[in-house]
Amino acid sequence: MTGAPLLEVEDLRIDLDDGSRRVAAAESVSFRIDRGETFGLVGESGCGKSITALALIGLLRPPLSIGAGVIRFDGREIQHLSAAAQRNLRGNRIAMIFQEPMTALNPVSPVGRQIAEMFVLHKGKSWREANQLAVEALGNVRVPAPERRVHDYPHQLSGGMRQRVMIAIALACGPDLLIADEPTTALDVTVQAEIIELMRNLCAERGTAILMISHDLGLVANVCRRVAVMYAGRIVEERGSADIFRAPSHPYTQGLVDSLPRLGSRAALGRNRLKEIAGVVPAISNFPDGCRFNPRCARATDICRTLVPTADFLEAGGLVRCHHHA
Amino acid sequence: MLEPQNGPGEARGDDDLILSVEDLAVHFPLGGGLFGRGRRLLRAVDGVHLKLKRGECLGLVGESGSGKSTVALSILGLVTPTRGRIVLDGQVVTSRPSGDRKALARTVQMVFQDPYASLNPRQTVRRTLEDPLRVHGVTARSEIEDRVATMLRHVGLRPEQADRYPHEFSGGQRQRIGIARALILNPRIVICDEPVSALDVSIRAQIINLLLELKDTLGLSYIMISHDLGVVEHMSDRVAVMYLGRIVENGDWREIFERPAHPYTQALIAAIPDPLHHAPLATTGGDLPNPLNPPNGCAFSPRCRYAEDVCRREPGPVLETRPDGHAVRCWRADEISGRVALALGEEAHR
Amino acid sequence: MKLRANLIIGGALFALAIVVGLLAPWLAHTDPVMDANLLNAEEPPGWTWWFGTDDQGRDIYSRVLYGARVSLTVGIVSQLINSVIGVALGLSAGYWGGWWDDVVNALTNVMLAIPSLIFALAIMAVLGPGLTSLLIALGLTNWSYTCRIARASALSLRSQGYVQAATVLGYGDLRIMITQLLPNMLGPIVVIATLGMGSAVLSEAALSFLGLGVRPPFPSWGSMLSDARDQITTAPWLSVFPGLAIFLTVLGLNLLGDGLRDILDPQSRSRRA
Repeated sequence: MTGAPLLEVEDLRIDLDDGSRRVAAAESVSFRIDRGETFGLVGESGCGKSITALALIGLLRPPLSIGAGVIRFDGREIQHLSAAAQRNLRGNRIAMIFQEPMTALNPVSPVGRQIAEMFVLHKGKSWREANQLAVEALGNVRVPAPERRVHDYPHQLSGGMRQRVMIAIALACGPDLLIADEPTTALDVTVQAEIIELMRNLCAERGTAILMISHDLGLVANVCRRVAVMYAGRIVEERGSADIFRAPSHPYTQGLVDSLPRLGSRAALGRNRLKEIAGVVPAISNFPDGCRFNPRCARATDICRTLVPTADFLEAGGLVRCHHHA
Repeated sequence: MLEPQNGPGEARGDDDLILSVEDLAVHFPLGGGLFGRGRRLLRAVDGVHLKLKRGECLGLVGESGSGKSTVALSILGLVTPTRGRIVLDGQVVTSRPSGDRKALARTVQMVFQDPYASLNPRQTVRRTLEDPLRVHGVTARSEIEDRVATMLRHVGLRPEQADRYPHEFSGGQRQRIGIARALILNPRIVICDEPVSALDVSIRAQIINLLLELKDTLGLSYIMISHDLGVVEHMSDRVAVMYLGRIVENGDWREIFERPAHPYTQALIAAIPDPLHHAPLATTGGDLPNPLNPPNGCAFSPRCRYAEDVCRREPGPVLETRPDGHAVRCWRADEISGRVALALGEEAHR
Repeated sequence: MKLRANLIIGGALFALAIVVGLLAPWLAHTDPVMDANLLNAEEPPGWTWWFGTDDQGRDIYSRVLYGARVSLTVGIVSQLINSVIGVALGLSAGYWGGWWDDVVNALTNVMLAIPSLIFALAIMAVLGPGLTSLLIALGLTNWSYTCRIARASALSLRSQGYVQAATVLGYGDLRIMITQLLPNMLGPIVVIATLGMGSAVLSEAALSFLGLGVRPPFPSWGSMLSDARDQITTAPWLSVFPGLAIFLTVLGLNLLGDGLRDILDPQSRSRRA
């Protein structure tokens, strides 16, 4: 019944085969997303957030592969589905939008046709009907004069308009889950605000769940109900989004929240030296033992250097992986 | 040749001023058929005035296509202005022969956005830092080595790391090398073009702190180009907001962020997501208009929620400077900022 | 790890050709020109004459060894000239753009439209046969591909941040081209040069075959083939061994070029986010 979550990821491990050896680019990744929920996955480049999304949608390609774990979508395990079954799932029930819509759209096909294709492919409509639906879909993402815009090619549209087209394609078949991988990173702030609002409103109307992936903790905390923070291939903290900013528990999350200049903080508190997170982000081939944040952590002790911390459930809800969490 | 500024320039009397951009315009002719028929003019920058004081950081914000990068390139001498002049340290640098790039290079330098693309992968750090000195006539081996080592320490790297290649460094370290390269000639002004936006989030604070430290210890002046308003607010003393090739608002950082007067500045600030609340983001409606075919009247009027008939009429509003030095280009600025102050007050009250 | 067989085999064949050419005086059994002895004319390959002898009784083995000197000199020197011309024109055209780019483009298109061997023939006709003429003729006619590659690389590299940084630092154009652009485009240029050497060796053979190469009696692989034309049925070894030498050298150079492309081409080097 409806009590089951829409998506459940359990102990997912993603292997990277660099020719000579196999390293885990992401491991022990577990989270769940309910129907219609908004969930954020936040982290820096190389933390494993994007490959996790690709694994969910069955788009991991060598040298990356799923090493272990279970991905359950609507109660069904999907990590070992055949290519055809995965294709059917993609677009129909799980859709994805990317950072750079220009590379995700086909440059030699009018955008209307690319939207219509979804109806033909997944809903068995005739091209005639599909073209009609495409105009409607383009109108739904607030593209002005959609009946003319359907004939435009991607390069004739601005970045914001292209991302609207991507959203129209992604939502064409009424998916249950929309994965948005850095959907607004390439856009200006005012355009970002519009795209985010559009995505948020359309998904809320249709009951589509959102998995949003971004490096921008502030944006994700604003958009999503719950947020998981990834560092060096592992989820280090998962919380309600307001909590994660007000009272971050993992030293890495605290560092992130403290280190970024926030609008208004200088006016309120004066210009203080920003709190830095020391050191560098480790490379996949060079993940430290124990807690992977330990070389950069002020609270690190011997246990952090040897033992991988397990997930502790917090009283206020959420979980954290740290031997010395707040 | 750099020549001392003649004539009644404003820059002359003001010793504090290190850079003044006066009525700068950069127009690019685009397309067009034979004999220039149908040729259109892109007004990338159209009548920009800017002033930068010694030791000050001027934030330059605006969406892509607003012309902020073209202003930077003009100051660096990489784009020839169509109109206007640039006075650097009391010397007019516009309309000089291109051979003077070297003299200009010792005054203005730049920190680039992408620390991966901005370092030559085939040169060691030492070579990257030594070559500029040699080009600028420093020949003594010991002096070169000294200056390179000092500069590396300034940016938080060890002199022993000088013989490595860029790929052996992380993104943050590469940006430190980029900063060292910009500072090795002891410039007075550094243009920082999105210096942290390509870096990992956990590294950004290190670079922001470093830039501010260096500004004080070396007595630098910055022009800080960024779309991240949090970073701009943190670093800037003054802020200029550009829209479609023009400055729409210019003032003290506190004025800009606490009492933004132009609807566009307000829209920029309102578009920043609030991490503590699920509140919807304020949207502005529509994209940046086509710069080849700018709207009549105020360029922001098609997207502005306060726009009235007067705003859509030609000609557009002028940049009006208030007594406190806060300049706004908006017909209804006084009305609007009053209303916003009221709204902010109400919110604070709640 | 990808097997680098072509690189190893190609490099070995090319190295062998160079060693043979350099050590020819010590490896050869007889002098390739002076030791003619009609008593030994047209001996088939055997224990005494490994590769047989020609109609004047000269040792084919020794002549093939010495022939390597001519073929490799032509291959290397003419390709060096081509590379310098192509890089200078292409790099400057891509970096400066404007009318100079148009001129270089037009010139490249003209060169590509004329079959290079015909062009070389015309130059040889003016200069007369001989090694120097051969080097000039082949060195002036095969730079268009190098030029194209250099121009395309310069176009894409000039917008790189480090090139902009060098401009901002006040570097002169020449310095930017040599220190910033050139080292970063060397990979594909080396590949093209290697493949070009192979084709120069073939061109030398063709021109010598037509009697325009190195003057007899001094041996080159091409002229040996040319001389052997009439005896191809009666004494096939006269053509087989120089032909085999050309084949192996060109094969080696092509394999080497492919192998270098695999290492130097940035697209084949994987890069992950």
